[in-house]
Amino acid sequence: MHLFAFIFLLFLSGSVAAAPDGRGLYVAHCSACHGDTGRGGVGVPLALPAFLESVDDRFLARTIRLGRPGRVMPAFDKLSDAQIEAIVRYLRSWSDKPAPKYSMATIMGDARHGAELFAKYCKTCHGENGTGGKGTGVTYSRRRELPIIAPALNNSGFLAAAPDEMIRQTLQQGREGTPMGSFLVQGLTERDINDVVSYVRSFEQMEQREVTNEAQHEDKIISMKSGYSLEETVDNLKEAIVSQNFVLIRTDLLEHGLVKEGEEDPRQVVLHFCNFKFLFEALAVDPRVGMFLPCRVTVMETDDGVTVSTINPKYMSHLFNNAELDQFCNRMSEVYRAIMEDATL
Amino acid sequence: MKRRILMLLAVLVFQYAQSVAAEEIIMTRSTLPFPEAMLALQESIREHGYTVSRVQRIDVGLTGMGYKTDKYRIVFAGKIDEIREMTRRSPQLAAYLPPKISIFAENGHTVLVSMNPEIFAEIAGDAVDPVIFDRWSSDLRSIFHDVNTAN
Repeated sequence: MHLFAFIFLLFLSGSVAAAPDGRGLYVAHCSACHGDTGRGGVGVPLALPAFLESVDDRFLARTIRLGRPGRVMPAFDKLSDAQIEAIVRYLRSWSDKPAPKYSMATIMGDARHGAELFAKYCKTCHGENGTGGKGTGVTYSRRRELPIIAPALNNSGFLAAAPDEMIRQTLQQGREGTPMGSFLVQGLTERDINDVVSYVRSFEQMEQREVTNEAQHEDKIISMKSGYSLEETVDNLKEAIVSQNFVLIRTDLLEHGLVKEGEEDPRQVVLHFCNFKFLFEALAVDPRVGMFLPCRVTVMETDDGVTVSTINPKYMSHLFNNAELDQFCNRMSEVYRAIMEDATL
Repeated sequence: MKRRILMLLAVLVFQYAQSVAAEEIIMTRSTLPFPEAMLALQESIREHGYTVSRVQRIDVGLTGMGYKTDKYRIVFAGKIDEIREMTRRSPQLAAYLPPKISIFAENGHTVLVSMNPEIFAEIAGDAVDPVIFDRWSSDLRSIFHDVNTAN
């Protein structure tokens, strides 16, 4: 019994005694995307005063917990409530204004009229049915039409995090430092704004195209046996790559650079290739796609014959939580299969 | 009594496993400008006993197409003995080898991103001891930490 009590206390001491370090957690989990001072990057600028002044702690906590499915921001489902609270406290340290408090009450408005107003005033930035702007975060790396990407208002993570009153407040006040202006200033009445809020809330009933977890069950590699010799397969691949409108960058051995020249295993060949237009389009969607790059196919000769293999971008797409990137990943998987089939069949 | 202790230990193991659950993408941001971060990265890779086998430019033609930075590279690194052992035991892993790190400039800072090598264990199955992927993952985090804290 004493041992039981001792282990129990040990467990408690580990999880309770040390208060979570908000800054440390922010650096570990958030700063890579949102910047060490919250100025944004791959992620949105959290330190923007108008942002911190218009969102409540619950919105921040639920956003961390639920993420934005399909919109890059992951769900931090492994963090404890205490850890999330610590991160929220750290974010609050960037503002000397108190966090707003919002009622959780539903705002009753005319969603049909709200839809008309949304189409007139909001759709340009927030997209048809609130799908949000294209791309991620701010514009440090990429040319964009707006200095910050408009959030997807139809995203289940957003809808679960944002109370109606917060949405109304943002519509009324705007958000300084972003293209989001006050719609009272633009001539809408408070009733009009309530109607828009009701329309935004109605997105919860719409079918949403968000990232599912299906991609993670895809094969992690695309692999095909070749009926040709190693040399013939490499030659076939070179032809197939060009026929798919890709440029062959180089052909080298897998062990190149890891051993002295001439000591590499000659039965492991890697072909690197690229389509620069495709690459640019993908990088504009998500700067992290370097994880796929460069496009390459590996040819290996073993006792079992010659095998051609590559990563499966369709599988990798789920790592990014970026629905917009999925179409590129699917296309690239098809290109890889076409190249490899051309070369091996 | 014994059963209760075992149950409690199971809870502790579960709690621990949750707290160390693998992220699939490992990312960090360095406040260093790109050239210095790149230098720190290659230095740390070597200090961890890996060889940088190639640095691949990804920026060719990007600025012409509207990308704001021309500082985007992929760094391949590995240990020859491990790479050889792995491709021998699990040839399908070759598609992911040598492991790589993407590094790009962003507004005066530098972002590093890589796939968590622990994912490779799922590809290799029983053919390769997963301890090696855990070590790669741990080394990768340590390398990113070095770049993060480099002056």
